Formats: sequence, structure tokens, C-alpha cells
Amino acid sequence: MQNFTRRALVKGGTALGAASALSGPALLEWAKAWAQAAPWKPEKGAKLSMLRWKYFVQAEDDAFVKLIQAYTQATGVQVDISRESYEDVQPKASVAANTGTGPDLFWGLYSLPHLFPQKCLDVTDVADYLGKQHGGWVDSAVKYGKSGNKWIAVPICYSGALINYRLEASKKAGFSKFPTKTDEFLEYAKAMKAQGTPGGFALGHASGDGNTWVHWALWTHNGQVVDANDKVTINSPETVKALEFCKTLYGHMIPGTASWNDASNNKAFLAKEIHWTNNGISIYVAAQNSAKDVAEDMDHAYFPVGPAGKPTELHLMYPILAMTYTKFPQACKSLMAFMLASENFNPWIQSAKGYLTHCLNEFDKNPVWTADPKTTPYRDVAKRSLTAGGLGSVGEKAATAIADFVLLDMFANYCTGREDAKGAIAIAERQLRRIYR
Amino acid sequence: MAIALDQSRTKREYRDVNAWTRLKANSNWLGFWFMLPAAAFLILFLAYPLGLGVWLSFTDARLGREGVFVGIENYDFMWDDTVFWLSVFNTLLYTGVASIIKFAVGLYLALLLNENLPFKAIIRAIVLIPFIVPTVLSAIAFWWLYDPQFSIISWSLKKMGLITQNIDFLGDVWNARWSVIFANIWRGVPFIAITLLAGLQTVSPSLYEAATIDGATTWQRFRHITYPLLTPIIAVVMTFSVLFTFTDFQLIWVMTRGGPVNATHLMATFSYQRAIMSGYLGEGAAISTAMIPFLLAAIMVSWFGLQRRKWQQGGDND
Repeated sequence: MQNFTRRALVKGGTALGAASALSGPALLEWAKAWAQAAPWKPEKGAKLSMLRWKYFVQAEDDAFVKLIQAYTQATGVQVDISRESYEDVQPKASVAANTGTGPDLFWGLYSLPHLFPQKCLDVTDVADYLGKQHGGWVDSAVKYGKSGNKWIAVPICYSGALINYRLEASKKAGFSKFPTKTDEFLEYAKAMKAQGTPGGFALGHASGDGNTWVHWALWTHNGQVVDANDKVTINSPETVKALEFCKTLYGHMIPGTASWNDASNNKAFLAKEIHWTNNGISIYVAAQNSAKDVAEDMDHAYFPVGPAGKPTELHLMYPILAMTYTKFPQACKSLMAFMLASENFNPWIQSAKGYLTHCLNEFDKNPVWTADPKTTPYRDVAKRSLTAGGLGSVGEKAATAIADFVLLDMFANYCTGREDAKGAIAIAERQLRRIYR
Repeated sequence: MAIALDQSRTKREYRDVNAWTRLKANSNWLGFWFMLPAAAFLILFLAYPLGLGVWLSFTDARLGREGVFVGIENYDFMWDDTVFWLSVFNTLLYTGVASIIKFAVGLYLALLLNENLPFKAIIRAIVLIPFIVPTVLSAIAFWWLYDPQFSIISWSLKKMGLITQNIDFLGDVWNARWSVIFANIWRGVPFIAITLLAGLQTVSPSLYEAATIDGATTWQRFRHITYPLLTPIIAVVMTFSVLFTFTDFQLIWVMTRGGPVNATHLMATFSYQRAIMSGYLGEGAAISTAMIPFLLAAIMVSWFGLQRRKWQQGGDND
């Protein structure tokens, strides 16, 4: 029953759009034509294996499998797909890069290709081709995809983390729209808590939700983990300001956020316990299926902007890379290009219902962003996102700092009163120095 | 010529008897060969990984990349790392409190189950349930019980009018510590209870009969018959219990991931976070290696403190 509604939704969205999804024989025909015209011809007898992050939305995976099947039929290249939780792709890829055996293609999280740039197949031609065809890459995608002058990965999509909030409760608190400035946001949180409809951000070890909001909080107060030369600059008055902001905000949150993991805010929001939080679009998608009243009474908004004066959000990017050890580099390249061809990418991103956002400007036009105005904010996620590590490099060090929850612990230490500002910063600085040495 | 040949032959035979034939007949030597397969297993699957772990702790190995020897640099960093010392404190607290309570409750349960109860077999089976349920499942159940918003405990207390606000089980530092300790106790008690029960059943009833005739009270019977006869089992059970608790991982990882602000990080979870999540294998290995002295000490204490050998060999129990 749930599936039926989801599919009906996707179909509805497709019918509205200009780019209608191809299916069955039409898809195969198009795929064959594409394979004829594409600049990369797969090697004879090529066989590929791919390790990808595990889907959040089943419909997305279905659409992806369909796309791969069309590719196999059109080119004769078999593709084995295996799936791992997105945190586990990185260790596997690192081992594969180190030992020189394993899947040909890895589709993982933001800085993955930068952990071993010399082991990634040069895909500059694919990226240039796609950029030209589809209206150009967004800035953050270029930073993630390129190492020096070479593209070492093709950025496929983002998964956005934005504000989710309830409409009626916000109106009652005197806010017809979600605040766009950080000081307004504090008033909003205070008013919301005062009327018994609080919200909250995760301060536990939540890899996704926790890391995204604390990076926003630091950056929007002009704080930085490192400068452009990867020198640790966390110990700054700006960081102190960010800490103070978060402590005030924490006081206006629902109690218990220090123990939240990635799933906590989803279930609390759906159960009407919290009225604002940060999340992907999954709460909204789930609400449409199981809590229609919540879905109708909620909307999404960008993170408020602070002293930095510009968006400073952190969203998760999913690049795909091919290993240099692959025996079929042409097949890898052709598959990457195939995935992002409009006829494939449009229906695929539609099936993700806003969970995933494109990195190529052309797909702004995809009907998924306009069919339901509540998904529209997620359209701009790629354009608004900064890269992991902020001003610094997007490599292994930035990834480690995030994976080790350095910032998250710093904020949690201060907000929960375990450490004063100086102590919290000192602990973080010490650890960052080691990571960035 | 013939004599010379003969001589050499006898000489060789003499030598053969001396070395190889003797060795062949030597039961120690034979024992060595019989032990070899077992030793190979132990070396391959226990000693080698342990040695490798210790070696890794002296290198700067990263996930998927070999490191170079850096001496005690990892340990040096840990020495000043407040989170590391916090995890040591947490581990000791967790192990200490949980083990003592598990022992007390387990012993009590064992004594209770040793009595003649109706439906004895069924009750014994029920007691085992927490131990049978996969740890991850029970951890998820506890995670829900402790949820800051949906905890049934908070809900019930609220309905009864005892509290006005949900209890922040896993979000407050000390609440979180007691909560995970409680979950560990719940899970660990059956193991101790059932093992001690098995021990109790080996105690001959005639000893109790004799004591009763001599006018011993219940406490005296426990103190002078049950307890001394149970000590070897207690030693084994508590050694295992302490080791399991000290190296606990799943409960913590599912419920808190070491949070809030590292207040429930055990050395095992902290090592995993550094080694696998962040990729610093060397540092993670150093944290695991730092557990070894504690574990050895725990084994020594329960072995030498509780295992009284004299009476087992027929001597007095001093």
C-alpha cells in the first residue's frame, strides 16, 4: 500500500514534467542510441562491479537498478552492484585502493576520492563532457571532484540537510516563515519552547544530522576549523561566539538532544514531540505515508544566516570514482556518463523525491522541485553547500575530523556544561592539530 | 675390510639408538607433536592477532595503508588525551559496578532457583532469556526504553503523576552511565545465575543434612558449606564476567555511541571510533593494547583471590 502511494506520487510528478520517464522498449532503444553516440566505447567483454552507498528511499534504488539494466542491455556490459551503509564505503574503498583489487567503481561520501587521488582514474573528459551537456557544475561539486587540474571523480548528487519545521506552531509563536537570521532564530526557538512546541538539533554522535548543523553554526559565525593552508584555526573569538550561540540555542531545545542519534529527530518530529529540527527530506516523505497531518503542516527552510552573511551549510555529497586498477576504464567512464544522461538522471532523481539533489545546473528544471513546493528548498542544496573542511582541503584530514566528531564533541561539551569555552576549544584544537599535522 | 665395515655399522646403530630412536620413544616428544595442531591454532588465531595489534599500536598505520614505526608516539598522545582517561574511568566504573551487582543478583537468583519451586524447569528457562536474546536486539529495546521522548518509563511515571517531565536517561552524563550499567546487568545476570546454579547442584545434600543435625542456621550453612564449595565456580564465572563486561561494545554502541559527550565511551568503543570510524588504526590499537594490563590484573585478582587450592587437594581451607 505504501509503495503504491509512493509510486503514484512519482508518476504524478513525472506526468507534470517536461522530461517524461522512458520505460520498457523505449528506454532500451534510447539507451542503445546513447551507447552508439557516446564518446566512450566499453572494452569487449567488459564486466564491472560497483560498491555504492545503501539507499534511503527504496524507489531510488529501484530506479537505479532499472537504469543499470538498460545500460547492460544497450552495451552488453554486466554490472554487479553491492551496497553498504554510507559510512562503510570508505574503509572498503581504502583497502581496495591499497591492495589494488576490488570493485571497479566506488560510489561513496564526499571526500572519498581525495583519500587516494593517485589511485583514481582520471575522468576529466567525462566531467567536461557532462558539464558542457548539462549546464555546468556547481562550485562545490568542482571542489569535491577535482584534485589539482584533474577530475578524479564524478559528483553524482547531494543529500541535503535543511530545516524542517511545523507551520501552525510557528505561526502561533509569531513567525509566519522560518527565520532567516541567526538572532531571529534564537527568538524563534525561545518562543517555540515557551509555548510548549520546542524543537532540537542532535548533539549526540549523529554522523549526519549532528555534523551538518554544528558545521553550519561554526561557519555562520565566521569560525573555521582550518585556514586555506590547512593550519588549525579553531581557537578563535569567532568559535567562542559560535559556542555561545549554540549554548543559548541548546537552552531553547527540547531536553535530551545530547543523546540523539540520526534517527531520533525523525521519530520525535513524526510523533509531534518536536516542531523544528534539521534533516533530509525523509521526515516529509515518511509523513506523507504515515502521518498526513504532519506532512500538511510542515515545510522546509534554509539554515538561517549569521554574521558570515552568506549560506554556510554542509551537505553530504556522493561522488563516484573508478579505480586505476580497473581493466575496463572505458566502460567505467561510459557508465558514469550514462548515469548522468538527462533521460536517466531525471527519472532517477525524481524517484528519490527530493532526498537527492543534482550537481549539474540543468536539473534545476526537474519537476520534482516544483511539483511540490515543499521540496523546492532542497533544489539549491548543492549551490549552498560548503565543502568538508571549510576553507581547507577536502581530503582525508577533513573526513577524519568529521568522522571523529571533533566539532560535535566541542559543541556538546560546551552546551551541556561539561567544559567551559576554553576547555572545549582546547580539546578540539589538540585533536585537530594531530589530524592536520 | 670386513671388520672395518662391521665396525662402522655397529657404530651407526649405536648412534641411532642414541638420538632418533630414543626421541621416537620419548613420550614428551610425542606429546609435543600432539600439541602442535592446537598450538598452531592458538598462534595463528590468538597470538598472531594480539601481537599484530600490539605492533600496530607502535605505528602510525591508517585504514588501508601500512604505517611506519613511531615508537610510543600513540601512547604519548593518549597520555594527555582527556577523552582516553575518561574512557578508562568509564570502563572501570562500568565493569566494577556491573560485576558486583551481577554477582550479587546472580548468586541470589541461583540460590532461589536451587530451592524446590513449582515449574522449576520453566522458571530456569525464563531466567535465561536475557542471555539468549542477541545483544543488539536487547540494546535496541533498551534504547527505546531510555528514549528521551518515547520512554515508556517516563511515560508511566508521568501518568502516575510522579514526574512532570521526561527523564533524560541517555542525555545526562550520570543518568546515561547508570542506564547502560543497568542494561548490562540485566543482560549479564542469567549467565552468572545459571552457572552458579550448576555449581550449587554439585554440592552434596548430605553435607546440609549433617549441618542441620548439628543445629546450623541457614546463614551458617551458606557461609560454611555453600560458599566454600562454590568458590572455584565463582572464580571462573567472575573472571569471565569481568572480562566480558570490560570489553563490552555492542550495548554501548547501539544505545549511545559513547555519548553524551563521551560520558559512556568504554575503551572498546573508543578504540573502535578512533581505529575504524576515523581510520587511525595505530591509535585505536594503542587504546586496545592499553586494555591488556587491566584485563591481566582482573584475571590475577579473581584467580589468586578466589581460587583456594588447598582444600581442593584435600588440605584445610584456611
